Amino acid sequence: MSQHPPRDKRDPLARRKDRHVPPGLRSSAMHAMSARAAAGCFVLQACQDCGAVTYPPRDACPRCWGELLWQDQARGALVLCETTIRATTDLYFRDHLPWRMGKLALDAGPTALAHLHADLKPGDRADMHLMLDKGGNAALFALPAGGRPDMDDHQWREFTVPVKDRIVLVSDARSAIGRAVVKALHSAGAGLIFAGMAPPSRAADLTDELSGLDRVQTLPFDITDSSLVAEGISKIAGPLDIVINTARFVRGGRNLVDQKRMMDIAVLGFMRLSAACAPLLAGRPAGAFVDLVSIQALAGEAGFAGYAAAEAARLSLLHSFRHDMRAQGVRVLSIFSGPSDDEDHQSVPPPKVAPSRLAREVVEALHMGRETTCVGEVASDAMERWLADPALFVREKNL
Amino acid sequence: MTALDPTLAGLIAGIATQRIRTVDLTNILSPDFPVIVLPAEFGQCEPFRMETVSRYDGNGPAWYWNNISMNEHTGTHFDAPAHWITGRDVPNGTVDAVSPADFIHPAVVIDISNEAAADEDFIVTRAFLEAWEASHGPIPPRHWILLRSDWSKRVGTLSYLNLKDDGAHSPGPDAGAMRFLVLERDCVGLGVETVGTDAGQAAHFNEPLPAHSILHGNGRFGLQCLTNLDQLPAFGSVIVAMPLKIRGGSGSPLRVMALVAGH
Repeated sequence: MSQHPPRDKRDPLARRKDRHVPPGLRSSAMHAMSARAAAGCFVLQACQDCGAVTYPPRDACPRCWGELLWQDQARGALVLCETTIRATTDLYFRDHLPWRMGKLALDAGPTALAHLHADLKPGDRADMHLMLDKGGNAALFALPAGGRPDMDDHQWREFTVPVKDRIVLVSDARSAIGRAVVKALHSAGAGLIFAGMAPPSRAADLTDELSGLDRVQTLPFDITDSSLVAEGISKIAGPLDIVINTARFVRGGRNLVDQKRMMDIAVLGFMRLSAACAPLLAGRPAGAFVDLVSIQALAGEAGFAGYAAAEAARLSLLHSFRHDMRAQGVRVLSIFSGPSDDEDHQSVPPPKVAPSRLAREVVEALHMGRETTCVGEVASDAMERWLADPALFVREKNL
Repeated sequence: MTALDPTLAGLIAGIATQRIRTVDLTNILSPDFPVIVLPAEFGQCEPFRMETVSRYDGNGPAWYWNNISMNEHTGTHFDAPAHWITGRDVPNGTVDAVSPADFIHPAVVIDISNEAAADEDFIVTRAFLEAWEASHGPIPPRHWILLRSDWSKRVGTLSYLNLKDDGAHSPGPDAGAMRFLVLERDCVGLGVETVGTDAGQAAHFNEPLPAHSILHGNGRFGLQCLTNLDQLPAFGSVIVAMPLKIRGGSGSPLRVMALVAGH
């Protein structure tokens, strides 16, 4: 292995920094908001009787006790005033002081307290984002209206996963999707990318185009092999900020040997990888684990029954892993997609997702700290239908 | 009578005094040991995998053990006649039915290491074997034929499987050589250092995969992924190879050793 690019120089005697997460207790209504924030929606509750939009989340309309339903809302807002917090007993916020909060008049109606981007001042127009904090709970964040925010804002960074200069492991960089993810991370300025390559290898792999990129190192890695996972991670030999699990094995039909391999990669492989990476990610200021899941995990799919079953199990593990990592402030992101335009889905007609599109969305999900992303029409449509009527959707997918 | 029969006693004494050398011909069975790669349209061979059940811990405070999984043809392994379609009707063609008398046979070691080093697709032909016999002496019947290619020295590198864009490249016999060994020299089987008894490109031969086809069709065995063949003389070694007794099994990983007289 060639020389690593230089990493942060750190005081060799410094004591390891404890990481904290924001307070986690929330009402049931607030959890419903967090579940929607996870998908990047900007929603507030609207009363079905009087029409009033309310914030913070409640169990009934504060004006008329009517039933509240979640609705997409306009993101616009006006900054009314701001305050800077300089002292707190909360351990998480103590680590990040001073912290600016603002009071905003939302175009949707309510007035709300929100975390403020550094460029905002009273009188400015803002775009509201419903973000998940490090503890996985929804919080309002106000960004300057229009345009792309400065990613380096120290408060915004707490709600997202910066990629620039970070050290990333891509579990399977041999597939079209894996290669695209490595290239997208490289373009996004990742500091060092370990590109996992599962054996067997050809002699030509030594001169693979990925290993020709600066800041990319190929690494023998196979999530079906516990010893190679351990060995691969030992070779990273330093901090690891982001893990992207691109490994999958896609086969139709009912061949048990194929099925076992699908389970080994999607389920046991996920468990091996996540268990091995969790302690490393937990020590980092913005650790994240990204998993690429088939949308077929939601409802099964005749024709890809075994693959869908393996992906469903993977999704279930992903939910539980998110729980495990929440207390450590590590974000666990799910990227759902339908058939991809690669050798895995040769027999499936378009629309299909190009690997490069999927890779761009992975980077975008990190940039926005978005927990759940659906890439492409097939996945977005399936998620929408599943959320609307799961029983009908299951029936339709298995007619 | 408590003493060993003199024949066995001689063997035991020979091993104890090292007048009979024991040579381990087995590669270490590990997750990273390469397995054969077939063209994409076929099912694939599963490599060795190991998960720890306990290691003096909560799952077994005083004991250490692992669950292991693999294909029958992973690591240093034995091919039974039933492995190949030509051997499907051979009596006792599966590993559980191999006669214990076949566990121990003498071997002839044919050195093709120079040829394989010069040409990774080196083909052992009948003419090559006849020339070898002319210089070394005739191949006796009921012997294992071991091809020393020094391919085992490539283990741990990509050049062991030696996969290129057009497939694997490794030495092996052609059909003429196999018929000669099986029908005219009555060999017990063929043992090689490579991942298969056939050459890497043998699927493209005009009689494809001749080693598998001819060996197993005639009830003979295969041994693959051997090592340390460079420690054996051309004549005079005895091979001990006992496959696992897998019901109806087509092959099995195994420990293979050689006994060699003299220091």
